Parts: sequence; C-alpha cells; structure tokens
Amino acid sequence: MIFSYFPGCTLKTKAKELDRYARASAEALGFTLEELPDWQCCGGVYPMAKNETATKLSSVRALVSAREKGQALVTLCSACHNVIKQVNHDMQTDEDIQMKANNYMKLETPYTGETEVLHYLEVLRDKVGFDKVAAAVKNPLTGKKIAAYYGCLLLRPGKVMQMDNPENPKILEDFIRAIGAEPVLYPQRNECCGGYMTMEEKSVAVSRSTTVMDSAKEFGAEMVITACPLCLYNLKKNSGSELPVVYFTELLAEALGVK
Amino acid sequence: MADLKEQVLRTSGVNPLKCMRCGKCSATCPSYDAMEYHPHQFVYMVEKGDIETLMQSESIYKCLSCFACLERCPRNVEPAKLVEAVRLAVIRQQGQNHLKPEQIPAMLDEDLPQQAIVSAFRKYSK
Repeated sequence: MIFSYFPGCTLKTKAKELDRYARASAEALGFTLEELPDWQCCGGVYPMAKNETATKLSSVRALVSAREKGQALVTLCSACHNVIKQVNHDMQTDEDIQMKANNYMKLETPYTGETEVLHYLEVLRDKVGFDKVAAAVKNPLTGKKIAAYYGCLLLRPGKVMQMDNPENPKILEDFIRAIGAEPVLYPQRNECCGGYMTMEEKSVAVSRSTTVMDSAKEFGAEMVITACPLCLYNLKKNSGSELPVVYFTELLAEALGVK
Repeated sequence: MADLKEQVLRTSGVNPLKCMRCGKCSATCPSYDAMEYHPHQFVYMVEKGDIETLMQSESIYKCLSCFACLERCPRNVEPAKLVEAVRLAVIRQQGQNHLKPEQIPAMLDEDLPQQAIVSAFRKYSK
C-alpha cells in the first residue's frame, strides 16, 4: 500500500520524531508514505469564514496532487489533518468555494473533493487493521497505563472529521491495546490544551494543560500520548506535570521494534 | 453598502435566530475565563446588531478554534464562526493586524512548534 503523505511544517522541524517513527513503523507494517512534492503549509487552523478562499488553496493543492497520483492523502499532525479534511469537505459541499478555488487554479479536471483524506491512525485502523498491528508487535508494552489525549482537532467538527465519536472516541484506546498496553480513560481527553494562546496569553494554556494532565494522572495514567505537536508542547511545558508525554508513533515504533 | 451585522452574518454563514440561549457554548469554552464577552453573548449581540462593541473587545482574540462550541451546540448555531467573522471585520481593515512579525522573537522558546506561530498568524493577522 502506498499513500501520499503531507508532513506539514512542524514535522520537518520541532516534531521530527512524530514523522520519523511513523515512516519506520509504516515500513514495518507494509505500507509506504510517499511525501508530496512541493507541499505547502496548511496554515495551522481551518479558516471558518465563508469568504476565505486563498487561505484554503494550499490544502487544495495537496489534495489535487494526491488525486493525480491516484492515492489517498495521509496526514499525521492533528492540525494539518483538521485543515485539509475540512477544506476537502468544502470542496465537496460548498459550491462557492469550489468555484472560486477551481477558477483560480485552472486545473484540467476541476477538483471537487475526490481525494480520500486519512489520518495515520485511520490507516492503522481501517487499512492495516489493529489486529494486524497487534500481530506485528515485537515488544508489547504490557501493563503500561497510557492516557490517550485527543485534544480538539482530530475529532471536531465530528460530522466533517468522521474519525470517531467526537465525545466518546476509542481509536487511540484501541491503538494502545494493539501495542499491548492498557488505555486509561479520563474526562479531559478531548478538551483543548490551550493551543496557540501559549504565545499571547500563556495563563490560558497553563490552566488548560494543567487540567488535562491532572485529570490523566488522577485516573492512573503513567504516560500520555498525542498526535499533535502543539498539544505535546503545551502538555509538557505548560502543565507542570511530570508525567511523560510522547507522540503515539514513538510508542508504535518501540512496540514494533523499529525505534 | 451592507451594514456590519449583515457583513458578519454573511462572512460566518451563521443564523443567530436558531439560538435557544441554553449557554452550552459558553459552558464548554476553554477560553471562557479569558473572555469579556462569552460565546453565547456573541450570538445574542450579533443578533441585536451590537457588532462594534464586540469589535472593540479583546474577546475576539481569545477563541482557540477548538470547535467545542460548534460541536456541542444542540441547535447547530456554530458560535465560533461568529467570533471569527467579528475578528475578521477588525483585522481585514488596513493596519489592524493584531499580531505583527516583530513581536514573534520575544515569544519564542526552543521547543515552541512552528504550528503555534502559523496558527496565531492565521487567526490574528491578514
């Protein structure tokens, strides 16, 4: 299986481990991530205004590029995934944005949202299968109590993202089981970490991240996993908690023996 | 020329009349404590046409784009889109960028992901 792959700005810089362990694990599981040529930054947050077009074009270009290769488009960073998937939804459903983007791009074949957008976790669940992941595990993380942190962007808006039940998700918990560990459920797993407000108003990020980490600890977690570089930053730097926070791909690579 | 209310309604695509004032959006907002006007008040004030008060409030820079209010609204009002539209009414004006590149170096530390900077620019500047 070969997928087009959109790494995004942060996976080339501060979150290289998220990327590196994902590629190594993919090879171990029998699929390949083919990085898109000339991809451009997604912009980090989805532009919600009806009359925003230019800010959506980098996503459209990535989607078109994957279509030309006849491949599904895989993302890892929660923010890239959210932006690209929501823009793809616009290209499927919003005639105005569809028309403006296509008018500008002058493609031979207009783009109307044909590309399948998958998060790496969805590849594990739906294309590989968590049972196959479990079968490939060489170093199971037996007995390790791990809290899955979804944050906002993987799940919401639920009707667009369609990854999982936005209020009671289980994809990360099923992943944790597949690598032999024990998932810890806690109330704050799909609440915001404070996001980019760490730059301008750190107190919001401190308060949010502390609440999340305290909640994970209270329910018995020994470790927290995430797919988002900004969540990782906030939970580590702004929470004051000593619980380790790692990317889910690092644990996957460890379990598969390719770390 | 369309007035400010009309502009905000068009930009957001939101119909504030769908709101039944349950307050769930504000109850679930992670930035609630940092806001002068809370998500449910945005809906009410836009409906009343009180846009300029919102435009002058720092509350428009507190939305985290977490989509919690949008997900959890029982009436599908999508308050986050109103906050975004009011903020755009401000930062789309010439010289009204809320975040300027020269402010960035002072905000950096060695671990801050690029994603944070990119997201802040997307929300705060044009």
